[in-house]
Amino acid sequence: MAYLFQQALNALQLGSIYALIALGYTMVYGILTMINFAHGDLFMVGAFFCFLLAVYLKLSFVPTLLLSMLGVACLGVIIERLAYKPLRAAPRVSAIITALGVGLFLENFTLALSPYPKHIPPLLTNTTWAIGSLSISSLQVLVIALSLILMLILDFVVQRTKAGMAMRAISWDKTIVPLMGVPVNKIISLTFAIGTGLGGAAGVMYGLAYPVIDPYMGIMVGWKAFICAVVGGIGNVRGAMIGGFILGAVEILVAAFFPSTYRDFVAFTLLLVLLILRPYGILGKPQPQKV
Amino acid sequence: MSMTKIKAAGTALLNQWRFLAGLKYFWPVFLAAGLAFCIAADVYDFVDLYLQLIIIYVGINIILTASLNLINGYMGEFSVGHAGFMAIGAYIASILTVYVFPQNTAGILFPAAILAGGMGAALVGFLVAIPSFKTRGDYLAIVTLAFGMIVKSILENIDAVGGPRGLLGMEKLTTLPWVFFWTALCVWVIRNLVYSNFGRGVLSIREDEIASDLMGVNTRQVKIIAFVVSSFFAGIAGGLFAHALQFINPRMFDILKSTDILIMVYLGGIGSIAGSILGAVIYTVLLEILRPLGVWRMVFMPLMLVLLMIYRPRGIMGMREIRLFTPLRDLVTEKLWRQKKKEASDASP
Amino acid sequence: MPLLKISGLTHRFAGLCAVSDFNLLLQQNELVGIIGPNGAGKTTVFNLMTGVYRASEGSINFQGKELVGLDPHSITRLGIARTFQNIRLFKELSVLDNVRIAHYGQMAYSPAEALLHIGRFRAEERRITSQALDLLAVFHLDESANETAKNLPYGLQRRLEMARALAAEPKLLLLDEPAAGMNPNEIFQLMDFIGWIRRTFSVTILLIEHQMRLVMGICERLVVLDFGATIAEGLPAEIQANPKVLEAYLGEEVAS
Repeated sequence: MAYLFQQALNALQLGSIYALIALGYTMVYGILTMINFAHGDLFMVGAFFCFLLAVYLKLSFVPTLLLSMLGVACLGVIIERLAYKPLRAAPRVSAIITALGVGLFLENFTLALSPYPKHIPPLLTNTTWAIGSLSISSLQVLVIALSLILMLILDFVVQRTKAGMAMRAISWDKTIVPLMGVPVNKIISLTFAIGTGLGGAAGVMYGLAYPVIDPYMGIMVGWKAFICAVVGGIGNVRGAMIGGFILGAVEILVAAFFPSTYRDFVAFTLLLVLLILRPYGILGKPQPQKV
Repeated sequence: MSMTKIKAAGTALLNQWRFLAGLKYFWPVFLAAGLAFCIAADVYDFVDLYLQLIIIYVGINIILTASLNLINGYMGEFSVGHAGFMAIGAYIASILTVYVFPQNTAGILFPAAILAGGMGAALVGFLVAIPSFKTRGDYLAIVTLAFGMIVKSILENIDAVGGPRGLLGMEKLTTLPWVFFWTALCVWVIRNLVYSNFGRGVLSIREDEIASDLMGVNTRQVKIIAFVVSSFFAGIAGGLFAHALQFINPRMFDILKSTDILIMVYLGGIGSIAGSILGAVIYTVLLEILRPLGVWRMVFMPLMLVLLMIYRPRGIMGMREIRLFTPLRDLVTEKLWRQKKKEASDASP
Repeated sequence: MPLLKISGLTHRFAGLCAVSDFNLLLQQNELVGIIGPNGAGKTTVFNLMTGVYRASEGSINFQGKELVGLDPHSITRLGIARTFQNIRLFKELSVLDNVRIAHYGQMAYSPAEALLHIGRFRAEERRITSQALDLLAVFHLDESANETAKNLPYGLQRRLEMARALAAEPKLLLLDEPAAGMNPNEIFQLMDFIGWIRRTFSVTILLIEHQMRLVMGICERLVVLDFGATIAEGLPAEIQANPKVLEAYLGEEVAS
């Protein structure tokens, strides 16, 4: 029983990190119908920002987190302006390729600057509470709680604020909404800022939970978060959260019963099966074809 | 119309015909000379080994690029799992030459091993084509992505093929003549397909799948053909790659490899055979030239890709073709047609 | 035996009845028009007939074969081809290729022969190409055979769409608003043209149109749809005098 609970906590921790990254994919997709394949690498950049701030500026946890988020958000907005905006009218594949290119650029640029994996110093003293046979680490609780708080804030922003309304409106209709006086460019920048900022936060938390970071860490985690977004129904913010927790749970379960090398295999097979059964994700809606 | 103008048009037409006649002999001569050169280089060893290796990689990359272009360029789908097919070909061919074939016959049976690798990949390509009947665009991209990842994780979990450590012990069987042969075959077959009604079906799926179905194109059949041909050649390339490097492991065929091939496709130009060749050559050679830059060349290449996408989103040759790759018959039809049209317009007044 | 017999055809989208209990009988070589206000379900009938949508209920019998449940390409191969309300050419391909693609159903060579350019391939390609060129010549499109389809002027694009549909060698040709975007002069030409197509290719034609002048001028029989249901059927003159039709088009008050 205690073992199960322990695994559930692990699943929640991993799932919340996936969910935070998946949100970035889904928000950008919702508004631009474009898959930002560089997003996983922005997550990696977030972890590296965390490393820089913690090691060279010796900042404590809260400023590190906030500054990393801010840095990644700025980077996201810059990337959007320089690389994606010129392609808004181009075929969608060009935008996807560009995103892949930007991702490769971020990976290799980081690799050029930091050829060896880095170790993030412990920013927080990790205490472990023992309840019966169960041991809960404060770090785990922090990661889960913080992710949940960020997601709740995001959900509030998207559902309740004017900017959120504009985001949803743009993803609903791209031709009429600009005519209604919605500043499309600003909203798109804001979406990128929020989405990538969350990715940056995920990077920091991932760095705290699994302290060894390297420039290619964003690839696998990024693709998996992307799976979460798809599983939940891409373009759907709540779907991305659900997808994140599902994948986290599945991976921990697989790792508990099989050799850990089967983890990726199961994750991707799950994706395939789900896509065949429900091609539009859990919360997504099928779009009828028009003739 | 003045007399001189007619005369000028006549000579122009005649020149075109001469040009066509020249074309007729270009390919046989080029292929024979190329093969002869490759065999000579292999036997007499007058080409620097390093240069040979680069030419071998260029050839392999041309096969990969042309075959992926069939799906991504001509059919307009977005496949991100090409390295998966390559892995299947590489493993099948390597297992055959290392473990299955009797001692000392690997050299003679090498083409059979390569072919088997291609067939294995084609079989899997057939399976991947099935989800493409219903899913399109982003979702099909995800299916192919997942496929690539699954291939890699399966290989990592099979200890018989070395698991994550990979396979070694292959002889260096990939020689210049073989690479030349397979590259020429790949380019020829893909050109043949593109200039047939099945190929036009592939193009029509890119343009408008529903209209294509309504015009009588069996879109499922066309998709299967495209995926099978594409994955077959990816498997061939994998087999050649394994026997050029003499060592493979699952990580060589991950998403980064697929991205490499994608870059070559979109650099050279979608929907173009000349573009595939150009993309593969430029990318491979540029990477070699920039080798002194070390890691920074890998920073430079994606930057180039991004700029290319912004300023030339369809790549260098995007949807255009060099005349050399258009079958003579099509050119003759075109010329005949122009002539007929001219006769008609001359006769009408 | 009728060429086409549609009985009890019904189609629902998410609870909404787009077509309900639609019946139609077409004889060989007839020219019939479907008219009705916007959103009456006319194009949906075409989509059901060509297999784009699968009917919820009812049957479509074409020369003794049931069409409901067949793929679009199988239906085209049986002899039904269509054009589209908003032109759907293969825009980036040449005019000639647009027509050659429609020969897909009659291709006699196998994929293997196509990959290696052997066997029946050469003769068959020559046949397809010369047939396509002849067809283009008949449609006065021959001069643009090597032009990219999207570069053709609007009128020629419409004509190319018809040529492409006829290349599939249909027995029944479905025209979805062929006169859309044309001026009265062009409509007169189109009327002649449609009649000429019917004679030359000996096809049966079913067309959807808003232009009353065209419909009344060339159709032998009319079917009026409103809210997915047939409200009237008969000769053009009868339809013109039918109060129900006036009501559907102009609203109740004016009609009464």
